[in-house]
Amino acid sequence: MANALGLERADYRGGTSTLCPGCGHDSISGQIISAAYDLNLPMWRVIKLSGIGCSSKTPAYFLKGSHGFNSVHGRMPSVATGATLANTDLIALAVSGDGDTGSIGFGQYKHLIRRNVPMVYIIENNGVYGLTKGQFSATADEGQFLKSYGKNDLPPIDLCMEAVIGGATFVARSFSGDAKQVQSLLKAAIGHRGTAVIDIVSPCVTFNNSPESTKSYDYGKEHEIPLHEIQYIAPGFVQDREEITVGEYSEGEMIEVEMHDGSFIRLKKLDKGHDPRSRSEAMRILDEGGRDNLLLTGLIYYEEPRLTLAETMNLTATPLAHLNASQMRPSAQQLEDVMKQYM
Amino acid sequence: MAINLQPGVQSQLRGYEPGVNNFSLMVATKNGSGSQTSNLVIIRSLFKMGIPVSGKNLFPSNIKGLPTWYTIRASKDGYTARRATTEIAIAFNQETITEDIFNLASGGVLITNQDLKYTVNRTDITVYELPVKDILEDAEYPKDLRERIINMVYVGACCHIFNIPLEITYEALLSQFGKEKPARINHAIIKIAYEWAQANLKKQDPFYFEPMDKTAGKILIEGNEAAAIGSLFGGVSVVAWYPITPSTSLVDYVMSHMALRRDAETGKNTIAIVQAEDELAAVGMIIGAGWAGSRSMTATSGPGISLMAEFTGLAYFAEIPTVIWDVTRMGPSTGLPTRTSQGDLLFLYTLSHGDTHQIVLLPANAEECFEFGWRSFDIADQMQTPVFVMSDLDIGMNLWLSNPFTYPDTPINKGKMLDKAKLEAFFEEHKEWFRYRDYDGDGVGYRTIPGTEHPRAAFFTRGTGHNDMATYSERGEDWVTNMTRLRHKFETARGVVPKPVVDYNPANPIGILSFGSNDVAIAEARDIMATSGIETNYLRVRALPFTPEVWQFIEQHDRVYVVENNFDGQMAQILRMESTMKTNNMISLALGDTLPMTAYWIHTQILKHEEAQ
Repeated sequence: MANALGLERADYRGGTSTLCPGCGHDSISGQIISAAYDLNLPMWRVIKLSGIGCSSKTPAYFLKGSHGFNSVHGRMPSVATGATLANTDLIALAVSGDGDTGSIGFGQYKHLIRRNVPMVYIIENNGVYGLTKGQFSATADEGQFLKSYGKNDLPPIDLCMEAVIGGATFVARSFSGDAKQVQSLLKAAIGHRGTAVIDIVSPCVTFNNSPESTKSYDYGKEHEIPLHEIQYIAPGFVQDREEITVGEYSEGEMIEVEMHDGSFIRLKKLDKGHDPRSRSEAMRILDEGGRDNLLLTGLIYYEEPRLTLAETMNLTATPLAHLNASQMRPSAQQLEDVMKQYM
Repeated sequence: MAINLQPGVQSQLRGYEPGVNNFSLMVATKNGSGSQTSNLVIIRSLFKMGIPVSGKNLFPSNIKGLPTWYTIRASKDGYTARRATTEIAIAFNQETITEDIFNLASGGVLITNQDLKYTVNRTDITVYELPVKDILEDAEYPKDLRERIINMVYVGACCHIFNIPLEITYEALLSQFGKEKPARINHAIIKIAYEWAQANLKKQDPFYFEPMDKTAGKILIEGNEAAAIGSLFGGVSVVAWYPITPSTSLVDYVMSHMALRRDAETGKNTIAIVQAEDELAAVGMIIGAGWAGSRSMTATSGPGISLMAEFTGLAYFAEIPTVIWDVTRMGPSTGLPTRTSQGDLLFLYTLSHGDTHQIVLLPANAEECFEFGWRSFDIADQMQTPVFVMSDLDIGMNLWLSNPFTYPDTPINKGKMLDKAKLEAFFEEHKEWFRYRDYDGDGVGYRTIPGTEHPRAAFFTRGTGHNDMATYSERGEDWVTNMTRLRHKFETARGVVPKPVVDYNPANPIGILSFGSNDVAIAEARDIMATSGIETNYLRVRALPFTPEVWQFIEQHDRVYVVENNFDGQMAQILRMESTMKTNNMISLALGDTLPMTAYWIHTQILKHEEAQ
């Protein structure tokens, strides 16, 4: 069935994946394809960005109609910063991994968030370096064993916690086995005006899929605790809205978060009673999850986005990439005037 | 720490005799004491008197307190290189005064702050002692400015001793501050000191200034400021940077001239400037911006270039235009951050791992900093590759006497970029479009930018192996085809980069080959050598890769002196590496002693070799 742009879901696909069969990353690519198709995303406006690693290969496997850039290890955030400044009309979708973001790219990740570069930042988190055959990453469980590398004695870095502390305005965690949730979060993130971080536990079937690993399929399936049921409501679908009370959050109620493009995320609270609009609650629940090895998923933190980096710069409405010659080069008279200052 | 500004050179050396409007004045003060303002007042005053002048700041890597020397050279003949000798020393720093007295050339003039402790044990120099405290006793000025104001005392004394008209110093102060109030406060001190000197100092030395007409229509400007203005006229739209001496002021000047790129009607900017978290991010941002279709640049120095190495390999291999200024300082490692060098040449040329070749432009002065400032973007877009511009601390941070800049003589050239309409036309003509396919036989493909509203505009950019259709490939033949095309593209670049400047006379068997800031010292050395019968030819390389003129020049001479300001003779090494002919007629003259080159060094080095012939 064609979407509003006349495109089939298959049109949003990319090349054939070269990842291991069953890799969690491939199912995330599938959800990106579905989300883009459902949202009627014009592929020509989308840029796909990544660093280096298994996860960073995936932009070649979705949205073939979009420009893609597989850059260098851990430094995709800087490429994204430059590209989105050059053209503020672009929709940036970035894929990184726990090695890419949690180690070499840690500084760039934090600074990207600090600058509020508008983009979706997906971390496909499997706790392990796949391409170099199974070293621990910085998000690996403390005390975990891997065949070739023995015991991991160091505590994991929580990339969602880092995002919340760093000032991100949209922070979510999901599990690649929970396709529906991944897709809802992706759709909401695409509508967000600012850095939207989605840390998705995405099992590595080759190097880190034993049931005791918190990054495995078995663990995820058994232990995932969704914080809420997420429903993404595209712009225009506003039935029932008036009946929903937004505000005081209490047991069993819905919460609605309006995105700047007119879409909504509707969250139905589950056991944990998490309200993503509270920063301290977000940190508390991340702390609790980390301490007890709980895979708490859903929208962890959301706030009305502050200005994006480009918005702080008083830039012309025309994207910088599309300036005409007279906008790029001051006049001969202006040069003459400048020269007079030095005579 | 001390700088011996005249290593064994006597002022009376033939060809370097000082005289009216022809000597160097050195001011020794403490860093951060505000003496820069006083020194600039002297320079601007001489400039306004029509005397060719240049200034070299020999400063420490320190904010406040360490010794700093500023040399001002007046040259009636228009030579602006650093002069090997110092005829006048203004010794205002307790820490260095003994050495400063010791180092002064015979027949020179010493001006001291009498409040310091020192002994003058020389009889071959003229000494003027200024009782600074007494002179300032009745002066009115904001007391918190005392440390700065003291420096205006030597300006006033110099006005009397060397004939600088008082009113000209006021004009210079006005240009300096742009406001009347600070100009008036400072000028009052200059006047008090001048009057004191008039009443108390008897002129006993032969040095003085005399008005000329040699600076009419000229400008005085730092190379970094010229580069910044040039970049703004070149259409730079995204600047990302991380502060590092001596490149910092380049981006500071982009910001101070940003109004050039503000839409008069809407007040909106056509340029975005980001202070990145480090050089790794700065270069990533400009590569992202270049990929997305805007003109982007950064400015850095050696350590920053090291950090950018990996990313620039990506930009080379993925063929993304951007501009990187390397305002060089002394390396290796942190080296001497406030001293000049041309030591990054070899590193830049092959920057990044694997078989990488980079385009490097080599400006020699402020005028070329402006020109390469805008032209580098056209070259980057035409060649779809990073373009490095290697300036140095001497060009970047010192004041240069220059012709006013010429407005760009070619329109903005964005190279082979296909927008929607051009892409349609391309498909019409070729029935296909592949990003890295060589359709024109020049090694340069056609690119699209993100946001092009066409179903077939997209391609995948990567630093991994790819074929001409921009798809991932590990096939050996795809790799070889791609690398062969990149090499061919680099050959094409030889026809696009600025050609060397050549001064050639077939009668002369000796050639000098150099690049960058050495130019002014070479011009002077050639004139001096010519007066003793040694006529030389000169080629100044303005870019890597070399153009055919370079090989022709080497072939045309019995001996070619390759003059450069780095320790290893890197330009000579590149020439030897790339030459297909014998290069045993090449003699490497490499200095790398932390200071701007002097004519004296070049001339004596060449003489030494010539005498051995």
